[in-house]
Amino acid sequence: MSTEDQASPDKQAVIGNRAMEIIVALLLLAFGAVIAWTSFKLGAKWGDDGPQAGYFPFYIGVIIAISSVVTLVQALRGTTGQSRGTFVERGQLKQVLAVLIPAIVFVLAIQWFGIYLAATVYIAVFMIWLGQYAWWKAVLLGVTVSVCVYLMFEVWFKVALHKGSLYDPLSLIGL
Amino acid sequence: MVHGHFSGNSRMIAILAAAALGWAMGSTPSVNAAAWEPTKPVEFVIPAGTGGGADQMARLIQGIVAKHGLMKQSLIPVNRSGGAGAEGFLSVKAAKGDAHKIVITLSNLFTTPLATGVPFSYRDMTPVAMLALDQFVLWVNADTPYKTAKDYIEAVSKAGPNKFKMGGTGSRQEDQILTVSLEKATGTKFTYLPFKGGGDVAVQLVGKHVDSTVNNPIEAVAQWRAGTLRPLCVFDDTRMPYKQRVTATMSWHDIPTCAEAGVPTDYVMLRGIFMPPGVTQDQVNFYVELFRKVRETPEWKRFMEDGAFNQTFMSGKEYAAWVEKAERQHRELMKEAGFLAKP
Amino acid sequence: MEEINALMHGFSVALSPFNLLLMFVGVTLGVIIGVLPGLGGANGIAILLPLTFTMPPTSAIIMLSCIYWGALFGGAITSVLFNIPGEPWSVATTFDGYPMSQQGRAGEALTAAFTSSFIGAFVAVVMITFLAPLVAKFALKFGPPEFFSVYFLTFCSFIGMGKGSPWKTLTAMMLGFALAAVGMDTVTGQLRLTFGFHELMRGFDFLVAVIGLFGIGEILLSMEEGLKFSGSKARINMKVVIETWKKLPMYWLTYVRSCVIGCWMGITPGGATPASFMSYGVAKRMSPNGAQFGKGHIEGVVAPETAAHAAGTSALLPMLSLGIPGSPTAAVLLGGLLIWGLQPGPLLFVEKKEFVWGLIASMYLGNLAGLIIVLTCVPLFAAILRIPFSIVAPLIIVICAIGAFTVHNAMLDIWFMMFFGVVGYIFKKLDYPMAPMVLALVLGDRAEDSFRQAMLISQGNLSVFFSNWLVGGIMALGLVMLFWPLVNKLRGRA
Repeated sequence: MSTEDQASPDKQAVIGNRAMEIIVALLLLAFGAVIAWTSFKLGAKWGDDGPQAGYFPFYIGVIIAISSVVTLVQALRGTTGQSRGTFVERGQLKQVLAVLIPAIVFVLAIQWFGIYLAATVYIAVFMIWLGQYAWWKAVLLGVTVSVCVYLMFEVWFKVALHKGSLYDPLSLIGL
Repeated sequence: MVHGHFSGNSRMIAILAAAALGWAMGSTPSVNAAAWEPTKPVEFVIPAGTGGGADQMARLIQGIVAKHGLMKQSLIPVNRSGGAGAEGFLSVKAAKGDAHKIVITLSNLFTTPLATGVPFSYRDMTPVAMLALDQFVLWVNADTPYKTAKDYIEAVSKAGPNKFKMGGTGSRQEDQILTVSLEKATGTKFTYLPFKGGGDVAVQLVGKHVDSTVNNPIEAVAQWRAGTLRPLCVFDDTRMPYKQRVTATMSWHDIPTCAEAGVPTDYVMLRGIFMPPGVTQDQVNFYVELFRKVRETPEWKRFMEDGAFNQTFMSGKEYAAWVEKAERQHRELMKEAGFLAKP
Repeated sequence: MEEINALMHGFSVALSPFNLLLMFVGVTLGVIIGVLPGLGGANGIAILLPLTFTMPPTSAIIMLSCIYWGALFGGAITSVLFNIPGEPWSVATTFDGYPMSQQGRAGEALTAAFTSSFIGAFVAVVMITFLAPLVAKFALKFGPPEFFSVYFLTFCSFIGMGKGSPWKTLTAMMLGFALAAVGMDTVTGQLRLTFGFHELMRGFDFLVAVIGLFGIGEILLSMEEGLKFSGSKARINMKVVIETWKKLPMYWLTYVRSCVIGCWMGITPGGATPASFMSYGVAKRMSPNGAQFGKGHIEGVVAPETAAHAAGTSALLPMLSLGIPGSPTAAVLLGGLLIWGLQPGPLLFVEKKEFVWGLIASMYLGNLAGLIIVLTCVPLFAAILRIPFSIVAPLIIVICAIGAFTVHNAMLDIWFMMFFGVVGYIFKKLDYPMAPMVLALVLGDRAEDSFRQAMLISQGNLSVFFSNWLVGGIMALGLVMLFWPLVNKLRGRA
């Protein structure tokens, strides 16, 4: 997972800029349409005493839809500077996912087991897996960070951070 | 954990030391067989933003509890103001049986579910105690010629609809409800301007961008003392009891009630405490006792006087009955005003 | 002069050893709060408020206001180092601060940011000292139409800055507005764009979006390049401070402009965040080096930081002299005053002279203390960049997650942060500009509220925005700013 092993398959394009442009523009188009529609239902007229609650969101939705259609057409015709070239290479995507997927697992772990355990494990695993540190260094740092965060937030600033919804590991050590 | 007689810097050190110690040993579980008490920090939900009336009161309580050592565990205020407070109440509703969570209320306990249709009510929570009732006063700019509420109401009804601007906090909440009851008295409509906080509203009145407000006493007292705002009447059936001079010539008690001026409205805002549903009576009793102690402290008494609060204290059945009556009142007022959420 | 005497007395109050100690404690705490995204100045002070109940009021306010200065200073640190704005007003600092740090000039950027902050605050304090009553009256002139005109001016001074596709700029800006509209509508109390989810009632917090778009998005981008952070060759010694100071006097005009914008926005009270954006936009327009903005130009750090700090400081003026909070932090301080038994408002200056002048003196001293503390730490901060990426990256993600959580104590916000991270990564690669989106997100609902309040006042008549010289003047200035690029283009062709 270091920078050196970018062999030729890693240089392959996973997705081109043009395809990505089209996907994003379509998503934005849908997003704009949904906003415009719900705002319209809420009331999007200019009433007696100024605009109603949905007035601005309606036009915001419409503008998002229109401008993403323009971007879509430009991408389809390939007239934007962005529309050629690759969006991401296989090797790059691997690297990005190597951060993104553990991060998502990390957030899931926060939800279930609270931030302290999740942060300890996440930092340790990240260091061992991607940084190839000795396990004891990684665990030590993870624990230190969690303890510092605990002291700073729960004890000092009196801010309760998220405790797990499935199980709160802090109850194990009587906190 | 920390006592009042520490001076400031040794206090800081004490807190740090206690913090370190507390972590090292873990909190000592001191469960007394006789009575329940919190075994971990208590979350104090504030269903409003930082700096507002409820927020000030909650943080004062936190300070008093810490300073006088009224509770072994600490009280941690948490602002959950989303959706006009619905976020805070929903979180309490969801925490069934959790005795380490309390919430301070304002009128949005009643107005928010009625106006938005978000499903919660006081019935979803366990009533603990009423701390105080907040008053509402009709204010105008001191540069205007209106000396009494009657003068003002006559001027408004003479001018016709939408000529006078009333500033208030939020939409379809207590300030607008009061505006509607004034409209009934004047027989004409105000232009109601909703702002985000009570402080903003008072300033808009000082700057003459609105013609009147229904601020709580504490939100406008500074401007009153400085001679830029003038109180016309208090929305209650009796005058406020504080006879000590606030300005050179007047005390809170000298402000007539709106009923005296022909607006028969009595409306007060609940500053009370609730707990999640499904807690035991022992647990409720702990907090009732805690707030009784809080009310005895000089800091609390001074705060009550500064803000001209109505110091009624209730708990148990009496409190529950009061809340029920208040909810009925809100439902009626909001129905009349047309503020109920469409089903 | 009366003010000078009073101020000298104030210094004698503020200079007790105990108060000096509190100042340093306060600034240090403030810097920590400022660095942690999510735990802003207002929250920080609210959290620490109860600690001060046992102190005498003057000491308490000195400590709390020093936390405030510290938070103002601290916001810049993560903006420069990791592209994560610790506070809303340091978003504009990332535009040039982070590129500088990538070029190995983190020390320079931090020094410029801290020094500019100090200068902005200093000018604002001088103004508070001598012009308080006069300036406070000006704040009262601002009703809803005037507020809208200020937001309008902020947008106009910032628009037309991007180089990419105008359609993408438009899309991005409108996305910002759409996100800002989610939640409860202030004017009617109706829920908008929540699609029936109670969690969406509180709306999208600007900080959550920014932490994701900038912070997480940047980490994903730097992963593409492999496991490293560019900028690791940052020099770490104190010489960089002196060298940067030699450059700064060149930008005196930017300082003047930014101080004016900052003081004005602080008093009105528009706040530090619009002040920093407006100042950045105006500096880019007016500066001869405008084209280099966004690529790591030091002036792009100077302008927003000066204005943000000037605004943050002068926001305390309406609080002291009128009892009006000029910012959320000021609102919390105001609550503190009440709890200590002081009544903020016009009479505070008369009745509690010692307190007021002690506070004003502490503003001078606290800022100086803050500057010394943060400047001596510049090499330390810059050295953070030398920590290997495989240690820093998880730490940043953990801190971002905590930051996103503490904004509203909501688990869902951490998920939003991750989502915005992915969006930030894709948008950056496809050249959707982030700045207009962020600006629209932070000012969108405020602008809409004041627009609709103004419409209520005028009963739907748009002429209210030109009804007096003040609002008309600001609107006209906004229009000039809006069409400035067009004018320039025409001139260029001619």
